Amino acid sequence: MQAGTETSYKEMTVDKAKWIYQKMQEIRQFENAVHEIFEKGEIPGFVHLYAGEEAVAVGVCAHLTDDDKITSTHRGHGHCIAKGCDLDGMMAEIFGRATGLCKGKGGSMHIADVSKGMLGANGIVGAGLPLAIGAGLTAKVKKTDNVAVCFFGDGASNHGTFHEAVNMAAIWKLPVIFVCENNGFGEASTFDYAAAADRISDFAKVYKIAGDTVDGRDLMAVYEAAGKAVDRARKGEGPTILECLTYRDYGHFEGDTQTYKDKEVQEKAIAEDDCILRFQNAVKNTKLLTDEEISAIDSQVQDAVAHAIQFSEDSPFPDRSETTTDVYVSY
Amino acid sequence: MSVKMSYSEAINDAVRQAMRKDENVILIGEDVAGGAEVDHLQDQGAWGGVFGVTKGIVEEFGRDRVIDTPIAEAGYMGAAVSAAATGLRPIAELMFNDFIGSCLDEVMNQAAKFHYMFGGKAKVPLTIRTIDGAGFNAAAQHSQSLYAIFTHIPGLKVVVPSNPYDMKGLLLQAIFDDDPVIVFEDKTLYSMKGEVGEGFYTIPFGKAEIKRKGSDLTIVGIGKQVFTAMKAADQLAKKGFEAEVIDPRTLSPLDEGTIIESVKKTGRLIIVDEAYPRCSAATDIAAIVGDKAFDYLDAPIKRVTAPHSPVPFSPALEKIYMPSPEKILAAFQTMVGDRVFTTV
Repeated sequence: MQAGTETSYKEMTVDKAKWIYQKMQEIRQFENAVHEIFEKGEIPGFVHLYAGEEAVAVGVCAHLTDDDKITSTHRGHGHCIAKGCDLDGMMAEIFGRATGLCKGKGGSMHIADVSKGMLGANGIVGAGLPLAIGAGLTAKVKKTDNVAVCFFGDGASNHGTFHEAVNMAAIWKLPVIFVCENNGFGEASTFDYAAAADRISDFAKVYKIAGDTVDGRDLMAVYEAAGKAVDRARKGEGPTILECLTYRDYGHFEGDTQTYKDKEVQEKAIAEDDCILRFQNAVKNTKLLTDEEISAIDSQVQDAVAHAIQFSEDSPFPDRSETTTDVYVSY
Repeated sequence: MSVKMSYSEAINDAVRQAMRKDENVILIGEDVAGGAEVDHLQDQGAWGGVFGVTKGIVEEFGRDRVIDTPIAEAGYMGAAVSAAATGLRPIAELMFNDFIGSCLDEVMNQAAKFHYMFGGKAKVPLTIRTIDGAGFNAAAQHSQSLYAIFTHIPGLKVVVPSNPYDMKGLLLQAIFDDDPVIVFEDKTLYSMKGEVGEGFYTIPFGKAEIKRKGSDLTIVGIGKQVFTAMKAADQLAKKGFEAEVIDPRTLSPLDEGTIIESVKKTGRLIIVDEAYPRCSAATDIAAIVGDKAFDYLDAPIKRVTAPHSPVPFSPALEKIYMPSPEKILAAFQTMVGDRVFTTV
């Protein structure tokens, strides 16, 4: 397993480090806010929080443009933020308001912004895998150098769509990066129980493509491995499976009692192995960012999240006529 | 100008017309080119699908746009959905509609939902071509007519062409439509010849065709059951009853107006559908007419369908299983009463 090196931090630009830190903070503070508001009963429906896994979404999306596409999961807020979705529009969507990114018709599990290359969070485990190869196919047929990234969980690696999609991406050499967020749990069942394989990246060998497993709580490890994978994909050298070992700080869904988790492991992961704390320490040690710069970003993000909440609370619910609009483009 | 060609050739022609018109149109599915990576098939002789419907298309457009997939329906159907959402106009072939079990999520939860779930900001201009229909002794897993499943799902359009002319025009309409459309190709119609328009033309969705005028009975025939309905109408005419036969051509959208206007005139309705009877297109049309034209009905609406059982293999059983002119006549007899029918 590879880890990020000190040299890598020295090669990173200040602007890139700031962007990465800001996005990780946006995800963390956004998710913490959603957690609190959900507990108060002000958010309808199901919510699955991404906190703890920020280094994966941000480390990968740091290499992408708006023309690159990503597919996501039910735990999609982090992918949306990392891909550049608007915080106000996202929060309003989660609140079910008319000003949401999807006019309040999708909700937490279906936030999308195609203009940003975000093809939607997805309520079906494993569904994003074939969708990602479709975006890769478009890039190949249209002869662009765009790539598609599929974020999926360790749970989805047991799904048939994983194998169908990876096989097809491999035989067609599609510009797709399969990013597995292995957080150790598929809902409540552990990875060790549900998967016969030791490592998801082991399948890369079977399908004869590139594969790697990295410490997914180490931003730089993800960033470097993803950079190589995206580069390969853009050059037409085919797909990669990038497995990122991470941890889900909250439960499967909000309201989950998490009785299946080892409390000691969880406390240790959050206290000692947090991806944001690790990134903070690394950028400070390597003098990439100062304490002041970090604090400035922290408070800027705090304001942005507060604004998103206020914006959502002030926004109207969709008009009843919206129930039956957008079913078809024309009918 | 028109030209005589088969239902199968009409499909082939429509796909070529579309691919010539727009380079974003691709054809993807299991052996749609037929024999990828088989050296002697690169230029000619490739299958073109199990029934040879897309034969020759790879020779004109090449393998970048005519893509043989592994036998992995969820994988390639999902890819087609997303390719559609990201700028292509894929025609995905699902070899038999019975295989939808392997990729229903991609059609039902992805293709059908994107436009709505994403607040109208995404569109999925995907056409799924799939084979349906009994009468081929293909047994229970290759003979079903599953259009009702898709008609049930908002966000999908469902097309059931009954003849070569309609097939070409409706398929071209489907390919250039911005919503996901499923076009059902009845395998027993592939060799059927008919006059087809030359060049590019489309037939709008939601416009039924009145195949035969009549004032005593309305018969709605779905897909190839239009022909069973026509045969029954001929036999009824000999007994002095004129049936109006309607081909809805698309089940979603459904041309309710044409059916209801006809029933208002005839007062009687039989729907002929070879699919299973429960929660079917026939049942749906019966419910719509019962709801919107009840006062005009002189008799209960009758459905002539398959029984509620899988399609049997044995030719002897499959023949019994299918709707027939005799079954339509028997249904009509119950609507008009023995006295009226037998005195003619």
